Amino acid sequence: MASLLNDQRPPVFCPGCSHERITHILDKVFQNMGLNGNQIVIVSDIGCSGLFDTFFHTHALHGLHGRALTYAAGLKMARPDLNVVVTMGDGGQGIGGAHLLAACRRNLDLTLLILNNFNFGMTGGQFSATTPQEAQIGSGFLNQLERPLDICQIARMAGAPYATRCSAFRKDLVKEIQRAIEFEGFSVIDIWGVCPGRFTKKNRLTPQLIDAALAKLSPQEGIVSENVRKEYGRHYRELAAGQKIAPTPLKIEAKFNPPQPNRQEVMLLGSAGQRIITAGEIVCLAGLSAGLHATQKNEYNITVLRGPSISELILSPEKIDFTGIKQPSVIVALAQEGVDRRRELFVNLDDDTIVLQINGVNIPPTKAFIHRVNLQTQGIRKSDWALASVAILAKLKRVISLEMLQSALEIKFKEKTLVDSLILVSEVKIN
Amino acid sequence: MSLSLLEGNEAIARGAVAAGCRFFAGYPITPATTIYNSMLNLLPPLGGIVLQGEDEIASIGFCLGASMAGFKVMTATSGPGISLFSEHISFAIGSEIPIVIVDVQRLGPSTGSATRGADGDINFIRWGNSGGLPVIALAPVDVKDCFTLTMHAFNLAEKLRCPVFIASNKEIGMIRESIDLDALEKPEIIDRSPAPAGKPHLPFQVTEGQSVPDFLPIGANVPVRQTSSTHSQNGYITTDHEEIAIILDRLKTKLESAIDQFSFYDLIKTEKAETLIITYGVTARAAKAAYKELKEQTHPVSVLILKTLWPVPETIIRQTAQSCKQVVVVEMNLGQYVKEIQRILPNMHIDFLGQMNGQLITPRQIMEKIANG
Ligand code: SF4
Repeated sequence: MASLLNDQRPPVFCPGCSHERITHILDKVFQNMGLNGNQIVIVSDIGCSGLFDTFFHTHALHGLHGRALTYAAGLKMARPDLNVVVTMGDGGQGIGGAHLLAACRRNLDLTLLILNNFNFGMTGGQFSATTPQEAQIGSGFLNQLERPLDICQIARMAGAPYATRCSAFRKDLVKEIQRAIEFEGFSVIDIWGVCPGRFTKKNRLTPQLIDAALAKLSPQEGIVSENVRKEYGRHYRELAAGQKIAPTPLKIEAKFNPPQPNRQEVMLLGSAGQRIITAGEIVCLAGLSAGLHATQKNEYNITVLRGPSISELILSPEKIDFTGIKQPSVIVALAQEGVDRRRELFVNLDDDTIVLQINGVNIPPTKAFIHRVNLQTQGIRKSDWALASVAILAKLKRVISLEMLQSALEIKFKEKTLVDSLILVSEVKIN
Repeated sequence: MSLSLLEGNEAIARGAVAAGCRFFAGYPITPATTIYNSMLNLLPPLGGIVLQGEDEIASIGFCLGASMAGFKVMTATSGPGISLFSEHISFAIGSEIPIVIVDVQRLGPSTGSATRGADGDINFIRWGNSGGLPVIALAPVDVKDCFTLTMHAFNLAEKLRCPVFIASNKEIGMIRESIDLDALEKPEIIDRSPAPAGKPHLPFQVTEGQSVPDFLPIGANVPVRQTSSTHSQNGYITTDHEEIAIILDRLKTKLESAIDQFSFYDLIKTEKAETLIITYGVTARAAKAAYKELKEQTHPVSVLILKTLWPVPETIIRQTAQSCKQVVVVEMNLGQYVKEIQRILPNMHIDFLGQMNGQLITPRQIMEKIANG
C-alpha cells in the first residue's frame, strides 16, 4: 500500500522530537494493514500530538483538549467499520482523565496512542500528569509536589483489555501499534519519548535512559487477560436488538360527562412513598376520559422516599394556560409534610373548597369545607391512601366520577394491580 | 377528538425521533433526565444509539463525533450541565456541527434547586460560547411545542449546520399535560445538504449564493476533515486573516440573515390594545391567562409569545410593538431578554416583571404590573 502521509504537509516538529518518529511509524502501520485513508479516522487531541491528523490523508477530527476519546466514541458507535486511532499527549491524560477511565471501562474498539514526553511541550514545558517529581520543568517547583501517574497501571485497573507501555524508540513499534489497532476492544499504548524542544533542554533523557526507566517498572505488554471481554459496540448492538419498540402514548376517547362542568383544581398534599404522583396521573387520565384537558405538576424533594410529595392537578373543559393553582376545588391532606409545605394555601380558602382530611393530619385554620376520613381504621395500606382519597372524591362526585376513575385505572394498571385497585375503589368508605 | 397524557420531556424525545434523530447521549440531571429515559426507550429498538457519558462534556462530545459521522444527534441537560457543555458548544458553532441541545432550565445559579423552574439560562445559551457567535434557541410553551419545536430544531440544525437549543424549563419539561396527538404540527423533515459526488471535497467551502457548506460524513469515500481550530475552507488550520474573516462572518450571517424564516411566535392581538406583553416559555401561559381576564375588563392587552429567542426575531417585535404605548416584558429571571427588547425598541416605555424564586409568575402579578407599570 502507498503511504498515507500528506506530502503537502510534512511534519513540523522540533528536530529530534519523538512525535516525528511515531508519525512515520504510524504510516508504516497503515501501509502494513493495507488500509486506505477513508477507512481510518485520526482523532487528535491538543498540543504537539494534536498536529497528527494534519500529516495524514485520512479522515480527521481535531477537537478540544482532553476530549479526543469522547468524539472517537461517538464516531465508532456511528461507524463501527472505521479504524479509529486517537493521538493524545500526556497532558491530555490529566484534563481528560475521566474520559480515559471511562474508555477503559467501556471497551469500545478504539486505539489510543499516548505520546508521552512528560511535559506540555507546546505551552512551554509545564508539568503534566506524568512528569517525574525530580524533573526541571516550566512550572517551577510545583511538579515536586505531585506524583506522576502510570497510565498503564491505571488503564489496567480501569478495565482496559489491551495496554502497552513502551519506548518510542522500540524496534518493533510498527508491529505493536498494528497489534493494538487489530485488537477488537479498547487498546492503549503509552509511548515514552523525548521532547528536545522543552523537556530535554533541562533534563537528560535518551533512548537508553527511557529503556532503563521502563525496566524498573513491571512490564505491561498487550492483552490484559483478566480484562478481555466483549467489545462495547458489538455488545451494545446485541442488547439493543432485543429491545421492544416503545408503545406510542395512549389516545383516550371522551366517553363520560364530568361531575362539574368548569375548571377544577386539585391538590394532593402527601409525602414520598404514598404514590401521590401515580394518584395524580390517574385523576388526569380520568379527566381525559371525560374529554377534559389536564395538567399535572409535581413537587417533591430530590431525596427518595422522604419528605413532602405534592401533586397539583387541573382538569378543564378549556385548554389550560396557567398551570399554577389559584382556587383549588379540592385539597387532599394526606401527610403532614405536604400540608406544612403549603400552609399558606389554607388561609384564603372559602367553603367552595373541600378539604379531604385524612386521619392524623393536622391542617391550619381554614374556612373550607372539611371532610374527615379515617383510612387507617378501614385497614388501607399507607401506600394506597392517595388512590383511596381519589376514590372518595369520585364517590362524592367531586372533580371525577366513579366511571371516569374506573376507566383511568383500566388505562393505567393491568392484571393484579388493576383488580386490587378496583377492589380498593369499591370498598373504600367515604367516612 | 381523543387526548393523550404526555410529559414535556417525553414530547421532546418523541419530536426528536420524528425528526430523524438516531443518536442521543446524556448524563442524568434533574429536570432533564426523563428526556434521556425516553430516548433510551425509543431509540435502541429503532436501531438508534443512546449513550450515557461519564459527564456532560463526554455526552456532548459523543454527539459531536456521531454528528460528524452523519447522524442527527441530541443531548439534554440543565444549568450545571449546560455550563460544562460550553467548550463543545463553541466547537459546534465554529466547526458547523449540527446538534440539538435541550436545556431544561432549573433555578440557578450553580447547582441551585434541581426541582424548581426558571428561565435563567437564556443569556448563557446565547453568550456561553467562546467567540460570541450567534446560536439558535427555541422556547416551548407547552407539551405540543416540545414536540413541534424539537422537530424544527433538528431541521434548523441540519440546514444551517449549527447547534440549536431548546430552552425548556422544569415547569414545562416535567409537567404532564393533555395533548391531541392527531392535531400535532409536524414540519417536513430537512436533512443536511450532501456534497455533490465526483468533485473534490473541501469541508468548509461554500459556492456562490450558499451560506452553509455541503456536508460529507467522516467515513465517506474520500477523507473528510474536521477541526476546532481556526480553519480555511479545506479544514486545515490557517493564519490567512482575510479567509478567517470571511468564514467567521459567514457563521454570523448564515443565522442572522435567515431569522425571518424561523421566527416562531404566537401573537394574541387585541384591536386598539395599548399594552403589549412580550414573554416566552412557561410564563407565556400566565400571560395568556392574564389576557383572558383583562379581555373582560377595561384594559385589553395584546400578547407576543416568542418561540424563537435567538437570534432575536427583531422584525416581529418591532412590527407588533409599533401600535402600542406600553410594553411589558415578563420572564422567569431577573432581567435577561428584556435587554434585547430595550435595544430593539429604544423609544418605547418598557416595564419589566421578573422573578427568581422557583415559583411561576402568576397572571395576577402580570395584571398588577400592567396596572401599576
Ligand atoms: S515542543 Fe517537544 S513535543 Fe513539541 S514538537 Fe517540540 S520536541 Fe516535539
